[in-house]
Amino acid sequence: MGSIFQGAPIPEGPGYSFRETPAVRQAPGPSSAAGERQHGFYPYTDNGGSTLGISGADFAILAGDTRSTSGYNINTRYAPKLYKIGGDAPDTPPIALSVVGFAADGAALAERLDTIVKMYRYQHGKPMGVAACAQRLSHLLYMKRFFPFYVAAILAGLDESGRGALYSYDPVGSYEREQCRAGGAAASLIMPFLDNQVNFKNQNVPGSGQGHALEPRKPYDLPRGTVEELVQDAFTSAVERHIEVGDGLQMMIITRDGIEEVYRDLKKD
Amino acid sequence: MVGFDFSNHDRNLALHAKGVPLPKATSTGTTIVGCIFDGGVVIAADTRATSGPIVADKNCEKLHYIAPQIWCAGAGTAADTEFTTALISSNLELHALSTGRKPRVVTCMTMLKQHLFRYQGYVGAYLVVAGCDPTGTHLFTVHAHGSTDKLPYVTMGSGSLAAMSVFESQWKPQLTRDEAVKLCADAIQSGIFNDLGSGSNVDVCVITNEKATLLRNYITPNVREEKLRDYRFPRGTTAVLNEKVIKREDLSKYVTVHEIGDEQPTTAETMDVDTT
Amino acid sequence: MNHFPQAWGRPRDDVYGAYDASYLHDQNGPKAHTQSPIVTGTSVVAMKFKDGVVIATDNLASYGALARFTNVKRLRQFNTRAVLGFGGDVSDMQYLDRLLSSLSIRENYSAYASSADSADATEASAELNAKNLHTYLSKVMYKRRSDFNPLWNAILVAGLDGDGKPFLASADLLGSTFSAPSLATGFGAHLAQPMMRRVVPNEAAVANTTREMAEKAVRDAMKVLFYRDARSMDRYSIAIVSKEGGVEMMEDEQLEGQSWAFADRIRGYGTQVN
Repeated sequence: MGSIFQGAPIPEGPGYSFRETPAVRQAPGPSSAAGERQHGFYPYTDNGGSTLGISGADFAILAGDTRSTSGYNINTRYAPKLYKIGGDAPDTPPIALSVVGFAADGAALAERLDTIVKMYRYQHGKPMGVAACAQRLSHLLYMKRFFPFYVAAILAGLDESGRGALYSYDPVGSYEREQCRAGGAAASLIMPFLDNQVNFKNQNVPGSGQGHALEPRKPYDLPRGTVEELVQDAFTSAVERHIEVGDGLQMMIITRDGIEEVYRDLKKD
Repeated sequence: MVGFDFSNHDRNLALHAKGVPLPKATSTGTTIVGCIFDGGVVIAADTRATSGPIVADKNCEKLHYIAPQIWCAGAGTAADTEFTTALISSNLELHALSTGRKPRVVTCMTMLKQHLFRYQGYVGAYLVVAGCDPTGTHLFTVHAHGSTDKLPYVTMGSGSLAAMSVFESQWKPQLTRDEAVKLCADAIQSGIFNDLGSGSNVDVCVITNEKATLLRNYITPNVREEKLRDYRFPRGTTAVLNEKVIKREDLSKYVTVHEIGDEQPTTAETMDVDTT
Repeated sequence: MNHFPQAWGRPRDDVYGAYDASYLHDQNGPKAHTQSPIVTGTSVVAMKFKDGVVIATDNLASYGALARFTNVKRLRQFNTRAVLGFGGDVSDMQYLDRLLSSLSIRENYSAYASSADSADATEASAELNAKNLHTYLSKVMYKRRSDFNPLWNAILVAGLDGDGKPFLASADLLGSTFSAPSLATGFGAHLAQPMMRRVVPNEAAVANTTREMAEKAVRDAMKVLFYRDARSMDRYSIAIVSKEGGVEMMEDEQLEGQSWAFADRIRGYGTQVN
């Protein structure tokens, strides 16, 4: 999660910003607010964990581990990061949201989006499409541009033609439809694996040419079984190398029949 | 060369002032414990080494040899625990040779604390020192700043509180060897499962008047499961842009090449450690 | 060229000195909110068992390192199926106490009004349960943190949910919430939680845990906390919420069965022998 604001100034680094000038500069006069150093309230925390989404021909999968951390402590071994959006009325298109980062912001965001999608239905008499829902989520995030929801969100559903649709977001609402995306603490561990195994990056077709003429392997729609195995392998591997990932894996498989929920244990150390 | 080389100190200060962060050292996030029983002492450790939130080593060794019957469990900066224990081990061996006596645990503890105090906490070694010598069985903790403590049961590292909760609720005076080993292993497992800085396996070392027994990977409660898919790539998946073959004849212009042939396979020197 | 974008176009601090921003500061300063807690309570520990929840706190309110108030009750009974445990700032706890009292009165008026209308509606089912109370509290806490005016507490809500099943969840000054078979705040998260997790590692284990087992585990945890938490005390409150017994509140318990057996062997800290 720390990588989200990577462009930000180095804390305690050179004081180039007006905000971070040293507090003590002169003998504090009677009316001077300067001179004292306060321990301020910081409204965010990082609850760790990781999420991942992959879309296929007629399905989309969202997954997230269920560990919630603070520092070196485990808050709980079961805190779901995946939310169903828009209720489960029979003709509602299935939509699911994963949020990772600051869990309280994540829960607030999911609740807002859920309410909006339900209200849309009541007011318009038809369900909200996933593309509209995706753009509305972007607006929700940008609305709090100067006090952001500290989360990496992934929205999954099925588009109007029934294909798997996956949208990923940064904390302030920049979004993009993608084939696959990993978010959270172990995103930098999982994403390169996904690039290689879903989009076949750095893979060529053996014997198709020499040197630069070798043809890159073309990605195709992976079957559901393969994707489920990739998701599990991604998480069992992330658990091995990231201390904030573990305890349990929750998966939501979104198909035209609705949302199927699968849970399995992960290592607890 | 004696001691540390400080010649880059000013340069590093200047770099730091410009906002270049300090390089990240591998730390043994760690749970380490020790416990005295009737006739000896047990120390134990987990086997996870971390660099920030990333696991750097899943099965590292945190129990360090000092002398045949003095062993040390280390937490803190991995390099500091490694080199400090090696340095004191070496000095203690020389000391034993010049006095013609078996090294004492208090000597080891005093050498460690004097070394660490000199470096004012900048040598980040947090140690549990245990051993048997002619004066009896001993167990100490040594902090990076040079303070020491002498107690019948001790814990250190990021998992020290999780481990201490086991000792505080289950320890009793007059333990047997097996009870002490069980208690220490339970304390380490408490760290492994409740502290994110600790993980993987349990290492134990039992020291009695007769001998020291290292039980490497005494418990392995975190074995990695089989991956569901096969990730071997067919030959030719990676593009070969450039190829150059160096033959043995070319190589022998620069170095002498010997044929090993049917001779016995060479093995490095192995240390004699009782692992039962 | 310096490659930190925030440095571009600005005089370098190491050449010209830091920017003097003293004139920027308002004479009176912005409206001040709570920036740190003053009088504080330490850990809250709680654990589920098969038909209820056990929750405990000690009776101390500290003023920094001073044990200032030694008879402060940090458990609060909300109704027959919910008890709260407060850690953190005591004045914020007392504010929440007042807030919950008014909520309770409001809820009771409406509950009795509606139960009078329909014959089969019982008092209990109309009352807020522990789960409802936790939802309410977490919204209060999240709202206050979003206004940069936090209530400096870590709270555990123990009791029964709408189905009469054991409920245990936490809410803190940031609005973070989570639930588990055992929970502990503050120092208890480090010391007591590992002990309780050994008894109830998961929800399945809760079904095999009796009230006696849970009560013993929590009392043991309070003892270890007294040994090792420098801001703790040996007088404590413990409450047991269950479907049959409602709320059993014990507010002046004394820690029993302490063991200081390790102490007689200790001689000094190093080379001292006697």
